[in-house]
Amino acid sequence: MTDLHEHLFRREAGRIVATLTRIFGVENLALAEDVVQDAFCRALEVWPFRGVPENPSAWLMATAKHRALDVLRRECTARTLAPELGRWLESEERLSPAVEELFRAEAIKDDQLRMMFSCCHPRLPEAAQVGLMLHILCGFSVDEVAAAFVSTHAGVEKRLTRAKKVLAESGRLFEIADAADFATRLPAVNRALYLLFNEGYHGASPESAVRVELCREALRLTALLFEHPLGSTPATYALAALMCLHAARLPARLDAAGHLSVLADQDRSRWDPQLMAEGQRLLERSAAGPQLTEYHVEAAIAAVHASASRVDDTNWAQIVSLYDTLMTIRPSPVVALNRAIAVAQRDGPERGLEEIGAIADSHRLATYPFYHAALGELELRRGRSEAAREHFRAALGLARNSMERQFLEQRMEAQVIVRR
Amino acid sequence: MSEFIYLYRSTNEASRAAMGSPEQMQKSMQTWMAWMQQLADQGHIKNPGHPLERAGKLVKGKQRTITDGPYAESKDIIGGYTLIEAKDLAEAVELSKGCPILEGGGVVEVRPVLKTGM
Repeated sequence: MTDLHEHLFRREAGRIVATLTRIFGVENLALAEDVVQDAFCRALEVWPFRGVPENPSAWLMATAKHRALDVLRRECTARTLAPELGRWLESEERLSPAVEELFRAEAIKDDQLRMMFSCCHPRLPEAAQVGLMLHILCGFSVDEVAAAFVSTHAGVEKRLTRAKKVLAESGRLFEIADAADFATRLPAVNRALYLLFNEGYHGASPESAVRVELCREALRLTALLFEHPLGSTPATYALAALMCLHAARLPARLDAAGHLSVLADQDRSRWDPQLMAEGQRLLERSAAGPQLTEYHVEAAIAAVHASASRVDDTNWAQIVSLYDTLMTIRPSPVVALNRAIAVAQRDGPERGLEEIGAIADSHRLATYPFYHAALGELELRRGRSEAAREHFRAALGLARNSMERQFLEQRMEAQVIVRR
Repeated sequence: MSEFIYLYRSTNEASRAAMGSPEQMQKSMQTWMAWMQQLADQGHIKNPGHPLERAGKLVKGKQRTITDGPYAESKDIIGGYTLIEAKDLAEAVELSKGCPILEGGGVVEVRPVLKTGM
């Protein structure tokens, strides 16, 4: 008996729904989801008795294909399906080969891209785009999406229903064959993938397993994108590079006791060498043109960290200058904060605190626990433990999950030890 | 050792509801496989049996009336069967308690295979 590949059903759900939606039309997403469910039920009925098939993905896909043919035959007269299906539905001789063609491996890859681009419809807010991708393409249930975004079931359901409605109203899936349309929407797709990854990397979900999964899914979808001729752009390569270089650090983000560990304290021998090498390779590929995106700069920052085997070997001057560049491309209070922290590393805590004090929109950081934690760290480093304590207390009050809380409590304890 | 048949019975609705999300599906599948594997490892599986299609025909009475399944009269549909070897009915029943179909509100019917004494 073969073992099941981890998250097999979730992943296959995304692939199959994307292909079926191409067949049934975007307004029949629910029908596609039903057919997938049917195919999965069939697997659950058969596999326990006959064992897991040699190629479970192919088995599920083939089963879904047969179900899809059944549905098409049954709905022959109904015009609810995609209009372009009309000509195949005229005769059985045309139907089967046409559906076979749609289930070719290459076609299935393209279907996932079509769905990815469709999810990033300009009428949808970014959060809805990411949620929709996670739900449709990654097979996350409403509850799993809610867990990822630390939201309620009802809230996510509402957002997804609204998003699916926009998708249905768009009338058709995004056509990836049109190079101009592709290029126009690509930045939104890159952005959504970036947000998906960040939700995993920095997000508030208390379950680290959930967050690792989000990072992995973002990487998988990004790879799908840059493997396509139109998607293999410098920006997408840079995005993939930054994901790999950050994901490489995931194993060290939790220390032996399962506590969150800051970059400076991480056991760098636990960084994933394979992902680091892959990130470097992608970063080199991303340098093929004049275009410099925020992904390039963020990947470059991650690469500087990756190249230092000890935190003291970090080239902070280079990191500060990269943050300067990032501030011109995509300025934000969080970027400014990270820049200030790098300045503190280079020039000492006083200079760092000055930089933090000079952040233009610093009020937007007021609810960000790591803003207060950064202030606390820098105050601590210049020996003002009372001020540091206040900042840590503020940070603790804003912690979004038990892991962050534990981490901040630890920093407060460390501070008490310094005082003694 | 005696032989028993496990008949797995469940309603369409119950089995669908038990599936839920793809990730839950995966868990159900893993539980099923693990349960079957455990029975096999302990030497209780004489024949893993077969899953059955949900649809079918009913042929009834002297008139040979033919009706379509799924069967309106019976709430439970037999989804499959397994031939089990166990010491006695009590053991066969005990072993059936691990069947994941029970989690979804389904039923395992444990029936001794009649010994013909030949």
